[in-house]
Formats: sequence, C-alpha cells, structure tokens
Amino acid sequence: MSAIVVVGAGHAAIQLAASLRQGGYDGEITLIEAEAGLPYQRPPLSKAYLSGQMEEKALALRPESFYAAQRVRLIEADPVVGIDRAGQVVRLGSGARVPYGHLVLATGAANRALPVPGAELPGVAGLRTLADTKALKAVLPDLRRVVVIGAGFIGLEFAAVAAERGISVTVIEAAPRPLMRGVSAVMSDHLAAVHRGWGTRLLTGTGVRAVVGDGRAEGVETSEGEVIAADLVLVAIGVVPNTRLALEAGLEVGNGIVVDGLLSTGDPLISAIGDCASFPMGGQMVRLESVQNASDQARSLADRLLGKPVPYARLPWFWSDQASLKLQIAGLSGGHDQAVLRGDPASGAFSVFCFRGERLLAVESLNRAAEHMMARRILAGEPRLTAGQAADPGFDLRSA
Amino acid sequence: MPKITFIEHNGTAHVVDAEIGASVMRAAVDNNVPGIDGDCGGECACATCHVYVEPEWEAVTGSRTESEETMLSFAAATKDNSRLSCQITVSDALDGLVVHMPDGQH
Ligand SMILES: Cc1cc2nc3c(=O)[nH]c(=O)nc-3n(C[C@H](O)[C@H](O)[C@H](O)COP(=O)(O)OP(=O)(O)OC[C@H]3O[C@@H](n4cnc5c(N)ncnc54)[C@H](O)[C@@H]3O)c2cc1C
Ligand code: FES
Repeated sequence: MSAIVVVGAGHAAIQLAASLRQGGYDGEITLIEAEAGLPYQRPPLSKAYLSGQMEEKALALRPESFYAAQRVRLIEADPVVGIDRAGQVVRLGSGARVPYGHLVLATGAANRALPVPGAELPGVAGLRTLADTKALKAVLPDLRRVVVIGAGFIGLEFAAVAAERGISVTVIEAAPRPLMRGVSAVMSDHLAAVHRGWGTRLLTGTGVRAVVGDGRAEGVETSEGEVIAADLVLVAIGVVPNTRLALEAGLEVGNGIVVDGLLSTGDPLISAIGDCASFPMGGQMVRLESVQNASDQARSLADRLLGKPVPYARLPWFWSDQASLKLQIAGLSGGHDQAVLRGDPASGAFSVFCFRGERLLAVESLNRAAEHMMARRILAGEPRLTAGQAADPGFDLRSA
Repeated sequence: MPKITFIEHNGTAHVVDAEIGASVMRAAVDNNVPGIDGDCGGECACATCHVYVEPEWEAVTGSRTESEETMLSFAAATKDNSRLSCQITVSDALDGLVVHMPDGQH
C-alpha cells in the first residue's frame, strides 16, 4: 500500500504507527502534528505530571529514537489546513503539501470554551495540552484560591491536586451531581463526599454567569449571584471533537467524524480514530474520550490496513486518579436502570455494577483493581452475572 | 545500557537497550516490541504489560507490588512468575534479563 498519512500525533496516531510497523507494514508513515515537540501522553497532565511526581521526559509517548528506528516521519508544529480528496493530498499551514495513499484523521478534541463574559481574561485557563499544564504548574505555587468550572474527570483531578497543596478550591458544576455523564449516582455521590472531605467546596446545580476581574480574573459569579474569589479559574467543561477538516472536506460529521464499524469514513481512503471519531457500538453511534479507545481503535485500523479487517468492538475502559482515589471503569453505564453495590463505600473501596434490565452494562471500581480486572473479563464476553450475584460478597466473580 | 530480551509467545526474541531508571515496560514500548502495549503509561491500571520473568531472574526483579498483585490475580494467563513490566525498574543488575510474553494482553 502507498503512503499512510495521519493528521495528529496523539495517543491514537502513535499507536497506529507502532502497530503498523509491528504488523510488518513497510511503506511510508507520516504523522502531521500542529503542536511542537515530541508527542506525549495526556492523562498525567492532570495527575502525576501536574502534581510533580512525574518528570516531563517521562511524558513522551515514544523517545526520539523511535521515529528514526521505526521510519516514522513526524512533521511537527505544522497543522493540516485542508484535504484535497480528489488529488489525495493534504495542505499544511506552512504551505507544504503531503500526498497520501490512505489518510487517517486522529485529530482528537479541543476544550469547550466557556460561553460567558470574562472568559477571555488572563487567569482563565484550560487543561488539554502540555503547554496548558506547564503554564498551570508555573503558577500553582503562588495560588491561594482556585475556582474549577466543571466537575468532570479533568476538573476533579485538578481539584484533587490543588486541594492536596493546601489551595482553597471551589468546584462549580451545572449538573445536579459531578461526573453526571460518566458514572452512576452512587459513585458520583461518594466522590463528591470525598472531595468535600478534602476541604473542596463543591457547588452542584450551579451555573456561571461571568468571570469577573479588572484586567485579569479575580472571581467567578455564579447563577445564584455569589461572587467567588479566585487567583485562577480552570475551565473544564468538556471537549468538542476536532472535526473541521473532515467537515470542509465534505465528510459526514455528527458528534465527531462519522465512521463505520471498520473505522472508515464515507471515503474509503480516509479513516478516523480516537477522540475525534463517532463510531457504531451496541446499536448506537458513540464517541469516546479515552486512551483505551484511541489505542484499541488504532490497533484495529492497523489490522484493517494490513489486510485483516475486523469490525471494531473492544470493551471500553477508563481510569481516573484523584489523590488517593483510583477509579476504574469497565463498559459504558449510560442507560442503566439499576446500580448494585459490591463492598461498602464507607470503607473507601467498592464497586458499582450497572445493569439495564438483566444485562450488566458497566462496572465502576474505586480502589478495587481486582474487581475492575474481573469486570473487564466478564463484560468482554456475554455477561450472565445477575444483580444478586454482584451484590453478594460471598459470590466468586471468577465463576461468573 | 542494560540489555533486556523479550520473547514473544511465538518464540521471536527482541533484544533491546533499556534506560536505567525507566521501567521494563518502557524499554519494550520505546523499542516497539510487539506484545507489550503499556496502555496506561505505567500506572498499574491496565495490565497490558504482562510478562513472565525467567526463574533465575526473580530474585533480581523483586516481588510484586500490592496493586500489581491485585491486577495480576485476575489478569488472563497469570502464572507464578507473572509480573507487570511497568512495575520493574531497570538497573544495571537487570543487564541480561529475559522475559517471556503471554499469548495476548487483551
Ligand atoms: C488532562 C487530561 C487527562 C486525561 N486523563 C485520562 C485518563 O486518566 N484516562 C484516559 O483513558 N484518558 C484520559 N484522557 C483522555 C485521553 O488523553 C484522550 O482520550 C486521548 O488523548 C485521545 O487520543 P487521540 O489521539 O484521539 O487525541 P489527542 O491525544 O488529543 O491527539 C490529537 C492530536 O491531533 C492534533 N491535531 C488536531 N488537529 C490537527 C490538525 N488540523 N493538524 C495537525 N494536528 C492536529 C492535536 O494537536 C493533538 O496533538 C485525558 C485527557 C486530558 C486532556
Ligand atoms: S502499563 Fe498499564 S499496568 Fe503496566
């Protein structure tokens, strides 16, 4: 096959290049990345790297030597600005043109902007890139009060790091509870209580009217009219998939770049993987933001490009570290109608088994790595585990 | 640099130079050894870096950490000499280490 060109060099792109070479692909691989520098891992940006436990060097997805040794050409600091599908060539910001035999869109997602007055003030920050985290790390030692807007995974991870440093933290969440889309009510309530126990003020069901300040952010005005003082405002209200290129190239875009079960767009020469892709799973179109999804889709696409097409159907799983909390999720809990506890939340280690009717959809484990691993095995097959068995501590999950 | 040999399930061997202070998982991933994915980046959260340590090396590589133990007790194809390679730190003492890989990590 002729040259494979990938737009973006994040988790999905790097895994694709690695898997293609592991699978024996011998042709050209070119990764084109808007950011400068070696491609890096994002999860530590709000965890170990932010807190100072991990060094910058360890963030690199692969060392510099990887690219030469594996013959992967990395074009950095030069965004793709257009796709010419008829000519099979992409245009870069620098004016360069790169022809492709197969094009892979692995463009990820960008932070959703806060749509209120004052959002542009200095002192309002986001957390998606290494540059974002470096800027945050530089000011962290001087912060006394922060307001985090959005109680999603990244907002809560940042809040945990900040609270641990003795910074006074307020988290403002519009939904009635944190991680509304991500976890069950039981898990969400437990996490909320733990964060409050760390001294964090968590306001749910609360909107943001404006970021206030004279020349720089000094506080946040809530929908209740309260002004909460802050030296820094972190906006963590989710992401939007980077779909502009696909849209302008006339490809179908919904909540992400629409692909089929083989991760192909409507153009057989263009595929999409990772955070930017909307793909069929369990009878509906989904878009996931996780390393697992980016990596597994990359491996699946590599198999197809190497002539072994298998519809993508890997079990989603995810993790989030918030100080001493290690949350691991297997499956997708959306649409569950029953949440069964295994273990006692008061002990700080338990799992929540989410069912829809008789069917197990997902398992959320807090500081229970073994149950998470079991859940992954059960969910990867045809789960027959009943709610009664899940709740029974005497029932051996290995026999499910 | 210490040399580490990774042997795939099908018998293919890969000898790589490992960086001191980094993990055995990193040595595999950095050198694109097939069969070690390291999806969680070494957080002991994914068990896609599972290896079997040859018995004569077990004393040098040490014993499993607590979180590693729980991950491994439920991972696929766990044996007595199973380790999560992200939890083994490369040192000069590991020069010559040989590890085998399971049939798959997923
Ligand atoms: C702070 C943070 C913490 C996270 N924590 C976790 C976690 O604990 N567990 C987990 O599973 N997931 C976590 N995630 C999510 C995970 O990082 C993403 O799901 C993953 O990075 C997706 O990989 P990707 O390759 O699809 O996209 P990305 O890694 O975002 O890579 C896409 C790349 O494409 C580039 N790009 C975009 N448009 C263009 C263009 N036109 N031209 C050239 N380049 C372009 C971007 O610059 C970017 O580098 C976290 C994310 C963040 C930001
Ligand atoms: S790399 Fe994930 S557990 Fe070792």
